[in-house]
Amino acid sequence: MENLIALLIAAPLLGAAVLLCGGRRLDRTGHWIGTLLAGASFVVGVVLFTDMLGRGAEDRTLHQRLFSWIPVEGFQADVAFQLDQLSMTFVLLITGVGTLIHIYSIGYMEHDERRRRFFGYLNLFLAAMLLLVIADNYLLLYVGWEGVGLASYLLIGFWQHKPSAATAAKKAFLVNRVGDMGLSIAIMLMFTTFGTFAFGPVLGSTGETSEGKLTAIGLMLLLAACGKSAQVPLQSWLGDAMEGPTPVSALIHAATMVTAGVYLIVRSGAIFDGAPDAQLAVVVVGAVTLLFGAIVGCAKDDIKKALAGSTMSQIGYMILAAGLGPVGYVFAIMHLVTHGFFKAGLFLGAGSVMHGMNDEVDMRKYGGLRKYMPVTFVTFGLGYLAIIGFPGLSGFFSKDKIIEAAFAKGGTEGWILGSVALLGAAITAFYMTRVMLLTFFGEERWRHAATPSPAEPDVEPAAETGGDHSEPHPHESPRSMTVPMIVLAFGSVFAGGFFSIGDRFLHWLEPVTGHDHGHAPVSATTVTAATMVVLVVGVAIAWAMYGRRPVPAVAPRGSLLTRAARRDLLQDDFNHVVLVRGGEHLTRSLVYVDHTLVDGVVNGTAASMGGLSGRLRTLQNGYARSYAVSMFGGAVVLIAATLLMRAV
Amino acid sequence: MNPVNYLYLAALLFTIGASGVLIRRNAIVVFMCIELMLNACNLAFVAFSRMHGNLDGQIIAFFTMVVAAAEVVVGLAIIVSLFRSRHSASVDDASLMKL
Amino acid sequence: MSFPLLTATAVLPAVGAIATAAVPAARRAAAKWLALALSLATLVLAGIVFARFEPGGDRYQLTESHAWIKDFGVRYELGVDGIGVALLALTALLIPFVILAGWHDADPAPGARLDSSGGGPEKTSPYHWRPTQGFFALILMVEAMVILSFVATDVFLFYILFEAMLIPMYFLIGGFGDRAHAGSDENAAAQRSYAAVKFLLYNLAGGLIMLAAVIGLYVVAGSFSLSEIAAARADGSLDMGTGTERWLFLGFFFAFAVKAPLWPLHTWLPNAMGEATTPVAVLITAVVDKVGTFAMLRFCLQLFPEASKWATPVILVLALISIVYGALLAVGQRDIKRLIAYASISHFGFIVLGIFAMTSQGQSGATLYMVNHGISTAALMLVAGFLITRRGSRLIADYGGVQKVAPVLAGTFLVGGLATLSLPGLAPFVSEFLVLVGTFSAYPAAGVIATVGIVLAALYVLVLYQRTMTGPVRQEVGGMPDLRVRELAVALPLIALLIFLGVFPKPLTEVVNPAVQHTMHDVQKKDPQPEVEAAK
Repeated sequence: MENLIALLIAAPLLGAAVLLCGGRRLDRTGHWIGTLLAGASFVVGVVLFTDMLGRGAEDRTLHQRLFSWIPVEGFQADVAFQLDQLSMTFVLLITGVGTLIHIYSIGYMEHDERRRRFFGYLNLFLAAMLLLVIADNYLLLYVGWEGVGLASYLLIGFWQHKPSAATAAKKAFLVNRVGDMGLSIAIMLMFTTFGTFAFGPVLGSTGETSEGKLTAIGLMLLLAACGKSAQVPLQSWLGDAMEGPTPVSALIHAATMVTAGVYLIVRSGAIFDGAPDAQLAVVVVGAVTLLFGAIVGCAKDDIKKALAGSTMSQIGYMILAAGLGPVGYVFAIMHLVTHGFFKAGLFLGAGSVMHGMNDEVDMRKYGGLRKYMPVTFVTFGLGYLAIIGFPGLSGFFSKDKIIEAAFAKGGTEGWILGSVALLGAAITAFYMTRVMLLTFFGEERWRHAATPSPAEPDVEPAAETGGDHSEPHPHESPRSMTVPMIVLAFGSVFAGGFFSIGDRFLHWLEPVTGHDHGHAPVSATTVTAATMVVLVVGVAIAWAMYGRRPVPAVAPRGSLLTRAARRDLLQDDFNHVVLVRGGEHLTRSLVYVDHTLVDGVVNGTAASMGGLSGRLRTLQNGYARSYAVSMFGGAVVLIAATLLMRAV
Repeated sequence: MNPVNYLYLAALLFTIGASGVLIRRNAIVVFMCIELMLNACNLAFVAFSRMHGNLDGQIIAFFTMVVAAAEVVVGLAIIVSLFRSRHSASVDDASLMKL
Repeated sequence: MSFPLLTATAVLPAVGAIATAAVPAARRAAAKWLALALSLATLVLAGIVFARFEPGGDRYQLTESHAWIKDFGVRYELGVDGIGVALLALTALLIPFVILAGWHDADPAPGARLDSSGGGPEKTSPYHWRPTQGFFALILMVEAMVILSFVATDVFLFYILFEAMLIPMYFLIGGFGDRAHAGSDENAAAQRSYAAVKFLLYNLAGGLIMLAAVIGLYVVAGSFSLSEIAAARADGSLDMGTGTERWLFLGFFFAFAVKAPLWPLHTWLPNAMGEATTPVAVLITAVVDKVGTFAMLRFCLQLFPEASKWATPVILVLALISIVYGALLAVGQRDIKRLIAYASISHFGFIVLGIFAMTSQGQSGATLYMVNHGISTAALMLVAGFLITRRGSRLIADYGGVQKVAPVLAGTFLVGGLATLSLPGLAPFVSEFLVLVGTFSAYPAAGVIATVGIVLAALYVLVLYQRTMTGPVRQEVGGMPDLRVRELAVALPLIALLIFLGVFPKPLTEVVNPAVQHTMHDVQKKDPQPEVEAAK
């Protein structure tokens, strides 16, 4: 059975190779090949899953070793896979959601002439992401880690003719590279500490090294997670990444790739358990991002960017839970899976709305769309209820557990973290209600907004629907798009309950991650009640602001906080001034230094040599008699010197 | 007679030849002065040979004569061809061999 | 006596050079095909050498030894170790691509007269200037010398080759310029000859200092033979004395640092690579410069182990400066070829770092890095050359939106760029990571600083790609044709090789590992042991 593991990756990798090298003759069938191979990978995943269920909890971990990758004295890196319950969860999520989004993209990208390449990139992403979660050592994980970065780069910049897309892609890759630096330093630290970087030996012998080493490794892993999962301070790329086609945003920048950081931290639990300082850093990052993303999400008028802020915030929850240690690992992953369902569904819904609205993304130009897009409305609505934690839906179970776990941290820390998590839940309720109201309720503002969006007047319209700028005619999307949305909506509704009843998910993951109930200062019922209260408050405020009053089509100036939040809390401005401008000045001055100083020293030597020889040249005047004089003079000097030496 | 006097004479002749080479412009005269210097050396060689009582100096004198003869052949040929091309035998006119 | 395989591998391209040069002026095409055929034949011979080399066998294999200059004990001594065989294979592999990529670079400019004496029957005169024949003959000549220098085990023989390869390189840089020059023809010629003279002077200066050290070595050791000197050192019969050893080491190292090139001796490289045609630029950075880093590994460490260890801190600092400085300057360039040149300086910093970290991983990584950098730079630079030929400009600002009109060109360019930024899955990642790990285990701070290089590499590659390939299509690049068959024949095999060696580098590590263990033994260094003996 373990020989099947490689097949998980092989199928989408084959798809990527065929589609990217196949040339134009595959233009007409390419999307089917891509979807089929993604589906094949899902089937393999399901087969492995049923097999895994058939075995006892202790021997569910499978290993497959393909070949020795980099054999160098004292350094062994293998291409080898490890499939345990944690990896299995990810495999099913990735291939399942991935296949749905492939199907969705068939309809969404129908009019794009480069659709074949789009599917090639999607398959490449699936292969890299699967490699990331089933690698059995950190170096191979790193390959997948950068591989998904590459796929993300290619897909964000898929509409390369738009300079904004190309810039966003570059920014995403660069910010991720900073995180990757952390991962590679962590691997080096593991190598010098343990002599290996395979999961088993490293995580099995964390007890034998000092806490300082573990803290260093943990902090570096956190840096890596911050980059990939868009956590403060490396979060700035995620908002721009929405330049990519919407299915990409759903798959990569909501459901799967951005959660890789959570996977990394949970997978490395043994390291963090031995390094409380690193854990503290993790929860702080999670808590800060949770609020940061939520605040940004409140201010954005671009539907995709609002959802991106929400993603950031929800991953903040997961990172927070992962930082809590064994109390939170399982819930981090559970929230990750449910989030995968409802956030992918929300993004696909947003894509469907844009599809019907001439690619308009400004929510102030939507309104009242529920009549025109019933399926989208219902599925988006279910996703909405799930994310705000409406009782009984997925988000309710997973988020509630995280808030409980935060309180269970104990002491002042527990109270602070618990309150932050509660506050985040209130803000989530607020901004998601805002998105919902602006899009599907209220008056139909698009009737008067028939002008092209003023933000990018010169840019070629995105190739999605031809992009004519007449008054939009909202319509429901084709079947290939609505079916994935319906499936994801089912997941949003039932997954949480299914996982939580009888603690199914807990028992499934516990052998890998371990679990600890902690000791909550407040009872679970109290937490749930508090969550319900803040939820109602958040929804009520949003209703008061956007539901009762008409929404202006042009955003009002807003308070200082709103304006700052619209600009991603000035993080980009900081980056621009300090890093971009500073970097430009640095490189310019270095170019100058290289030319004048480093080169100048050498050229100066050459010039002074030239000057000296020019002076000496005047002695060669061509008159035989002056040569004779110097000859005689030389002879006289020589003789005099000889005589003098003798005399002395 | 004291052989040292021959050395004084040789030094005198050498000095005359050297000053002639440096002062005169006519190539023929310069050439003659060089011959004078060579012969001064010959004289010194022979005188030393006598003083030290062996024949080495005289043998070298013969060598010098042969070299001087060869030099005259080449040197005069150069001077003649120079005169033909420039209608002048002044050494300062032939100053093209410079950078 | 067995067949002198190494001599044959080196002599074949030399014979090829003479034969190519002798092709009559009118038959330019024949000269090209001849040069290509002979470079491929050399590749076959190199392949045989690689196959015959036994990783577990003697340190130097396929040895040949003949007396040459008896009075000074100079011998014609050849032999390959694992490092030499890897670089020999790289050289033989790259030359056919260089020739293929430069297929039209030395054609007479359209409308220009072939020679100064006018057309007509004089064209068949054997004395007349034949640029095409000369170009390919010089490339083959460089190949012959580089191959021989990788297998020479006699210090004097190596020195002669080290210097002699400057001559054909000088003519290649100065004689065949890049047609895509911004300025007028005279301006281009002036800059070209400046670059060629700068190249020659820098390398000559390095070479002369090395000559002094070579003579000094002979005075001290009484032999030029690498194996004899190393053996004498090992059994204690040769003691150079600390001071002498350090001076001799510095003499050798200076020459290699110029060639490598290491900061601050690097400024000739951007000029030379910018002004030369792209195939020649590849020849410089991917092949000839490797002799410098190779020689550090073979001569500096083996002959002067104590002095090498003494100089390590300074050299590591210089290497780190090269890495960061080269990358930052690459970001600031406006010229595509100069950008790649500065990127190479950064990469050479990595190679030197790996060599002088003196760990197994570092040195294996450095050797792999030499090979992988050769392939990846060749891929990036040659595709950049195809791009530059199409547009006739080297300035990044003159491009934009190429991806839309020539997707295959843009795709291959991107893969070359991704290899340059060491994306996992492509060959350079393996070597870069080994260098980083090797450095980190011995000098953690240096390892961390070098890691910054990977972020900067992403910056300059992606900025280059973004500015040239993406965005709205510029009018001037509108009608740009995509890659042709000849160009695909250059780009695709290189890319395939990058992927293959990135996924399965074992064939290379297998031959390199034993050689590195020998070197580690020479310098009497052991790898730092991990803190915890992890449960295997």
